[in-house]
Amino acid sequence: MRKTLLAAGTALLLAAGPAMAQQKPIKIGFVSTFSGPVAVIGNDMRNSFELALDHMGRKMAGRPVEVIYEDDGFKPEVGKQKTDKLIEADHVDFIAGYIWSNVLLASLKPVVDSKTFMVIANAGASQVAGELCSPYVFSTSWQNDQTPEAMGMYMNQKGVKSVFLIGPNYAAGKDMLDGVTHTFKGKIVGRELTTWPSQLDFSAELAKAKAANPDAIFVFYPGKAGVQFLTQYAQAGLKGNIPLYTAFTIDETSLPLQKDLALGVPGAQEWVNDLPNAANKKFVADYIQKYPGHRPSFYGAQSYDAANLIASAVAAVKGNLSDKEALRKAFEKADFKSVRGGFKFGNNHIPIQNFYLQEAVKDAKGDYVLKTVATIVKDYQDASHDKCPMK
Amino acid sequence: MTTLFIEQCLNGLQFGLLLFLLAAGLTLVFGIMDLVNLAHGSLYMIGAYFAATLTAWTGSFVLGALLALVCTLLVGMAVEVIAMRRLYGRDHLDHVLGTFGLILFFDELVRLIWGPEGLSLPLPSWLNTSVTILPGVQYSAYRLSIIVVSLAVAGFLYVLVMRTRVGMLIRAGASNREMVGALGVNIKLLYTLVFGLGAALAGLAGLMQAPILTVQIGMGENILIIAFVITVIGGIGSIRGAFIAALLVGFVDTLGRAFFPDLLRLVLAPNTAATAAPALSSMLIYLLMAIVLVLRPEGLFPAVRK
Repeated sequence: MRKTLLAAGTALLLAAGPAMAQQKPIKIGFVSTFSGPVAVIGNDMRNSFELALDHMGRKMAGRPVEVIYEDDGFKPEVGKQKTDKLIEADHVDFIAGYIWSNVLLASLKPVVDSKTFMVIANAGASQVAGELCSPYVFSTSWQNDQTPEAMGMYMNQKGVKSVFLIGPNYAAGKDMLDGVTHTFKGKIVGRELTTWPSQLDFSAELAKAKAANPDAIFVFYPGKAGVQFLTQYAQAGLKGNIPLYTAFTIDETSLPLQKDLALGVPGAQEWVNDLPNAANKKFVADYIQKYPGHRPSFYGAQSYDAANLIASAVAAVKGNLSDKEALRKAFEKADFKSVRGGFKFGNNHIPIQNFYLQEAVKDAKGDYVLKTVATIVKDYQDASHDKCPMK
Repeated sequence: MTTLFIEQCLNGLQFGLLLFLLAAGLTLVFGIMDLVNLAHGSLYMIGAYFAATLTAWTGSFVLGALLALVCTLLVGMAVEVIAMRRLYGRDHLDHVLGTFGLILFFDELVRLIWGPEGLSLPLPSWLNTSVTILPGVQYSAYRLSIIVVSLAVAGFLYVLVMRTRVGMLIRAGASNREMVGALGVNIKLLYTLVFGLGAALAGLAGLMQAPILTVQIGMGENILIIAFVITVIGGIGSIRGAFIAALLVGFVDTLGRAFFPDLLRLVLAPNTAATAAPALSSMLIYLLMAIVLVLRPEGLFPAVRK
């Protein structure tokens, strides 16, 4: 009797063995900011990532997906600690997320050293697109220069002859202001970097801009700082006098607070919520339904694409994650339906994509929404791709 | 160039006056009650949060602001009775520990009540314009009103401290606390009132900066450091010292951030100047504090202490 029971038990275990291996979940680590005023961005990314998982039945190639969300608290050192923890303690198969370029740069080494595949859903540090590029690192967002370069092109189209640049003093802020200078053909009459993230009073910089009397002011202030900047810009008497051109300052996370201040202020973006492809329509509609009172922002769209990119790669290797070379090729193929329409990578794993001009308008219900006004440039590749040694 | 200079001076004046409101309460509490109150920044935050909520509730900016002041005063007095009374007479390090705990407590309380994302306080349209103060010089009406209100409050504080009986007790307490207690004055009530006054001033500063800057958790922490710098520069316990020091710090910081980068560009290579300037200009006020400490360690206008 005991022998039969033992035999039956062992047989069951053996049978269950391969089945359990098949059911071993795919672990994805997601690092973003979930505390403080910029938590609204992290929440948007998490909501979109979760929505993408819902849409694919929470399985990739038949294996269940487990996501571990970690909060970088908007600090590079904390982001690096959380990345280390995800790789060494949780043994995640993929890492995704990263809003801030400085957090990304601090967290890059452990990821690359451990040969873990990473999908960056926002941060666009130019070094990662250039000399620090890695076969394991992919981006569903952009390189920091691309969006301001597109805005520079738009300013040329609009006949702007001189511009005053204002932005925060950190990796992305410098990249953004430099990006405008790459394509803008007019004169740069001023370049002011403000202490980040503590300085919220831009009166000194706005006064300088007013004194320089440029044709336009270009500004980059993500998150809550965008609200403060637009408020102070209006109060300094500049609204209606010196036009404002922006990148990443007006989006669905800051628009509800900026309200009328954002109307008529153009911004450049690689994704706008009204892009007319099927995947995007489904994403936006289901997001609004699942999270009432909220609209997805570009941060969310990039996270949604990140989830689908990972799923496409896992499907291509049929769930067998040990073949890193095959996984890399699958990632590079990017065979998934992006909410941007078409999607392809450059040699440095940064997307080659269109950039659109967006403006804030009031819709029929009186809500503030962003609308695509024009396509600034199509299939635009970032300027750092030749610094990357990969082919 | 002169319009820029005038505008930057006004910005510096506005910043300095806002800092004065915060520092006045801090220096009073430090001087009279010998209490290092790190939670002063939390009262600043509470004032802003109350103002945002009450303005939305009543629909009027002025009414919301007044109610928020009253609420912050009450919260301040409650904090004094419940928490601060246990800290009197103890080592300053105990004060630091206790009030640091209060910071954490208030941060979490605000997170529980109002959520983690912060609020916004929109300006009423009659304040959201710019006025021409001099031919060719336009300035934000709201920032102008901050200057006016702060100067009025500074004037009121002067009258209170120099010309009333309560003010006399405050000055006496700052100068020699034990003697005041020995003379039979109700020291407990005095302490509660002084702490409440400090809280109301901090709340006023918080609610005034809210429409142009921020209403978020932890907003008091950065500005509290500057308030302590002012207290050190001005002299502990002295409101006059706090006023002069606050204006000094306001001007040095604003004019420094505005013009120091240009100065650097004259002497350094443009690339080095661009990288160094933002960092160096934010250091200027601490440099000022270091200089004052070296030349006059007790501050510029210390209240006489035995």
